[in-house]
Amino acid sequence: MSNEIVLKTEDLTKHYGGVHALEGANFEMVMGEHVAIMGDNGAGKSTFVRQITGVEQRTRGKVSLYGEDVSFAGPLDAREAGIETVFQTLALADDLDVPDNLFLGREMTYANWLGPFRLLDYKGMRKATIEGLNKTAVKIPNIRNTIRNMSGGQRQCVAIARTATFHSRLTIMDEPTAALGVQETAQVENIIRTLKDAGEPLILISHNMRQVMELVDRIVVFRRGRIVANLKKEDTDGQDIVAYITGAKTGEEYMEHAV
Amino acid sequence: MSDTSHGTGGLSFDKTKRIWPSEMNVLLALIIIIVIFEILGQVLPYMNDQSFLFDTRGRFDSIFNEARLQIIILQVAIIGIIALGVTQVIITAGIDLSSGPLVAATAMIAMSFGQTEFVNGFANPKAVFGSWAMDLPVLIPVVIGLAFGALIGGINGTFVAYFRIPPFIATLGMFLICRGIALWWSAGNPVSFPTDQYAALGAGMMPVVWFLFLAAVFHVIMRYTLYGKHTYAIGSNEEAARMSGINVKRHKVMVYMIASMLAAFAGVVLSSKASTAQAGMGEFYELFAIAMAVIGGISLTGGRGSIIGTVLGAMVLGVIRSGFTYIKLDGSYQLMAMGGIIIAAVILDQFRQRSKA
Repeated sequence: MSNEIVLKTEDLTKHYGGVHALEGANFEMVMGEHVAIMGDNGAGKSTFVRQITGVEQRTRGKVSLYGEDVSFAGPLDAREAGIETVFQTLALADDLDVPDNLFLGREMTYANWLGPFRLLDYKGMRKATIEGLNKTAVKIPNIRNTIRNMSGGQRQCVAIARTATFHSRLTIMDEPTAALGVQETAQVENIIRTLKDAGEPLILISHNMRQVMELVDRIVVFRRGRIVANLKKEDTDGQDIVAYITGAKTGEEYMEHAV
Repeated sequence: MSDTSHGTGGLSFDKTKRIWPSEMNVLLALIIIIVIFEILGQVLPYMNDQSFLFDTRGRFDSIFNEARLQIIILQVAIIGIIALGVTQVIITAGIDLSSGPLVAATAMIAMSFGQTEFVNGFANPKAVFGSWAMDLPVLIPVVIGLAFGALIGGINGTFVAYFRIPPFIATLGMFLICRGIALWWSAGNPVSFPTDQYAALGAGMMPVVWFLFLAAVFHVIMRYTLYGKHTYAIGSNEEAARMSGINVKRHKVMVYMIASMLAAFAGVVLSSKASTAQAGMGEFYELFAIAMAVIGGISLTGGRGSIIGTVLGAMVLGVIRSGFTYIKLDGSYQLMAMGGIIIAAVILDQFRQRSKA
């Protein structure tokens, strides 16, 4: 594992009018690291992610990806730079099959001189899809099935498999198992383990303490728009984290802002 | 842990596992309807053992009653061209009500540039413009007609995509506007006496040739091109399409433009076939075009259906129409029955979806 810094934010801040949703977030993660972001509702987790992925424009602060300062105009720019986000609400087209969904908006084509009528390279997309699914160990009975005919877990797997197919440089998952059953959750967690083994960096937003303790290396806790703790998994436990989430405790290095 | 949660096996692309395409249902319905009319022909006392589609004259060169087949397909061909465009609009979860009046308006406008200067040695009594617009090459009226269609479709699409006006309302407005344009264009007078070239566009079986040719073209476009994929994606989940980087607004404008250009072309072919253009042309065409799509299994909620389905839907409608005439059902009953069949098609489609879900 190299120590190359994947993502670094300095003083990342977002105000919605008078509401300080995110205040001075300094965050850093290195290659191959899996980091969980925890915190209560409204603590600033999603706001933080939205600034990184270009869904919203930050009020101030710096974001750098692999040492390069970035400022994304929209989620597409972020994706092109290699940040893949698995959203809470699944961004899949129900009537299309698995390869179509993986390649939605970035289809493999040929005869490109035809402009909007250029031809789809179904074969190539199918091959890349199977490679991507193999890489994540996602098991889907038939990739030609439309998403409509799939279970919630399979859908989430398809959404996650996108990241593997496109060799993303940073994967962000926003509560990927919130809507899933036990077996399906296990399936998604397995994929996350596979990504870990492959050395792919990941930010996981989750409320599930067991999941977080099992899957990630480090836990960053948000409270009231600020980062209040940065804990290595070995140095903490569930109760400790809950204390930070609820405000019973604040990390030493963050004391100056404690409320 | 469950056996589905790990391991790399099980990925497959199995042709035998492909789902029964919904077009097969339409084809089945088409066959059943034909069989019903055949049976009615044998059973009804006043039919004199005629056959619906088969040749009963005892000739050896043919087993089909080509005359009826030709009429069936000719009757649906022009509305079928409109239906090809409406299909694409419906797949984006939209609707286009303006196509019928657009047919009339385009017929009037296009034919004004496709008139011949002299009829039997006398000046064309229906001339709209002076002699500068007479005896022009056929390409000119066709291009003008298509450009008018593109304009109308562009306006439809802009209102739907950029001003977020519900497609039903935007195209309903355009429905009235186009009928108004058709009436205003030559102050209610018909436009007649086309050039030979213009008249050839829709002569004989040409409407069928155009319909099948365009159906083949748009089948390929919808199935194998980026345009088609994005059209399905937008109808399937517009939000997902937007998040995936598809320019949804621009794409919708393009879909409405293509639909209106197809309707405009139908107007050109219709006026050519009839050798005249009248402001009242194309009445109910928009509704029959939508009916073809719906019978053909195009889901009004978007995302599902195909050009093949619409072609089959057009055939179903044509066969029903011709069949009613064949069993000597009065025109008024025909309309009522056709209305019932359209509703039944939608109900069946919804049942099918529910049973799948």
